[in-house]
Amino acid sequence: MSTPTLTRQVFDIMDLNLWYGDHHALKNINFPINKKEVTAIIGPSGCGKSTFIKTLNLMINMVPKVKMTGEINFNEKNILDEKIDLVELRKNVGMVFQKGNPFPQSIYDNVAYGPRVHGITKKKHLDELVIKALMDVALWEEVKDRLTAPALGLSGGQQQRLCIARALATKPDVLLMDEPTSALDPISTLKIEELILELKEKYTIVIVTHNMQQASRVSDKTAFFLMGELIELDSTSTIFSNPKDSRTEGYITGRFG
Amino acid sequence: MKSKTADRIATGVFVAIAIIIVSILVGLFSYILVNGFKYISWDFLTTPSSNIRAGGGIRDQLFNSFYILLLTMIIAVPLGVGGGIYMAEYAKPGKLTDTIRSCIEVLASLPSIVIGMFGLLVFVNVTGWGYTILGGALALTVFNLPVIVRVSEDSIRTVPRDLKEASLALGITHWHTIKTVLLPSAFPSILTGIILAAGRVFGEAAALLFTAGLSTPRLDYANWNPFSEQSPLNIFRPAETLAVHIWSVNTQGLIPDVEAVSNGSAAVLVISVLLFNLLARWIGSIITKKITATK
Repeated sequence: MSTPTLTRQVFDIMDLNLWYGDHHALKNINFPINKKEVTAIIGPSGCGKSTFIKTLNLMINMVPKVKMTGEINFNEKNILDEKIDLVELRKNVGMVFQKGNPFPQSIYDNVAYGPRVHGITKKKHLDELVIKALMDVALWEEVKDRLTAPALGLSGGQQQRLCIARALATKPDVLLMDEPTSALDPISTLKIEELILELKEKYTIVIVTHNMQQASRVSDKTAFFLMGELIELDSTSTIFSNPKDSRTEGYITGRFG
Repeated sequence: MKSKTADRIATGVFVAIAIIIVSILVGLFSYILVNGFKYISWDFLTTPSSNIRAGGGIRDQLFNSFYILLLTMIIAVPLGVGGGIYMAEYAKPGKLTDTIRSCIEVLASLPSIVIGMFGLLVFVNVTGWGYTILGGALALTVFNLPVIVRVSEDSIRTVPRDLKEASLALGITHWHTIKTVLLPSAFPSILTGIILAAGRVFGEAAALLFTAGLSTPRLDYANWNPFSEQSPLNIFRPAETLAVHIWSVNTQGLIPDVEAVSNGSAAVLVISVLLFNLLARWIGSIITKKITATK
């Protein structure tokens, strides 16, 4: 076994199958995810893309009656193993949701929430973390004078960036984004996309999107899901210019979905 | 045109219902206050009641009411909120949970006199305590627990799922998420439920008749030793509350000024409940502001 730092892969998913009760939602997924790349997941509604991204930090376990087989190797450790430490996993694999969901607390407390619970109590250390996270998401200039104001007073786009900052504050390796701009206006969407391109320098990003232009703008790799199967996974330019599978071509040219 | 007419009629009906509700409330309040307010005086509030002579006050009854309320809440709130957390966050859907929920609902709809008889059996006879404040508080806990469990469960369930997900996705444990995200968000509605429950406790008579009793020993308010017979703080003494007092002077009172005492007591009872509600809401809004950082 080599040390994780030497391999290119953060995640290596092998033969992943997932059932919701009797419904076979993910079928034999084999999916390597490379370090410091943006991987976009596209596909029509109900294709399993959201289900898939939620397996990567095991948020899927919140759904009752979920059964999984196969392996999800994160830094060469199978997280489907019973002994996995969920707290540790989710500290390293942050997540941003469809709608900005800040806690009904102050802006500062939202960002400081994760680090605080994970044991950082010194005010100075927390301040540094919060400032850095807010700078990372380009929100610092906009909120630096009102850190104690309620987070729910921010605009939708700002709330979403705050949620990204909150996820970054626990210093994850991977950032999962589940349709992060679907509830935002075009300008806020653009800001988030610019942000993704910047964050790529430091983080591995997996983004689910129903917007194909977005996938082509921000990602290095694109995966196309259909009916619970991973149809095609390739570099984004190949997927959008020269897809190998006719179903992928059908979807990106707008013939279905 | 037709649907417009229907819309106007519907609006009219609901406004009328609202007016009926408000006028019942205002009517009741003003009736009690107008009839009772003139009897309230510093003297009335600070002299002990009398069994035979006129001019008795309600000092002990008033104290007993608040003391039983406090004791009941100390027992019922942690149990009730804990039960609500269990039902909302830990109970797995299934037969057992359904059974627990039915039990809670049945308990919530039990007539208070039945709880009083149950209290007589268990907290008075089986324990051998006789009529005690503690027995009364336990009976009232039985009476209120289901309401608090229900309210807490509902309040926690209405916290947006997003928030819970956000917290869990940060690697926060389930319990910590409950403590720092779910409970603070659910706090205002849990508080409202507790205030309603407290109002019920304060005005309850039937459940206390056979558990806390109809008499109060001679109390010495300078005696703070909770084990002393004369101490007002002793939880193993009988205690007549204000609501029970109103019932008892009206049904078996020998005093000549029954009307004055019962009307005055009723007004004090209503004013107390009102003050209690306002105070609790005020404190609640301060706490909410503090945790949500709103101004």
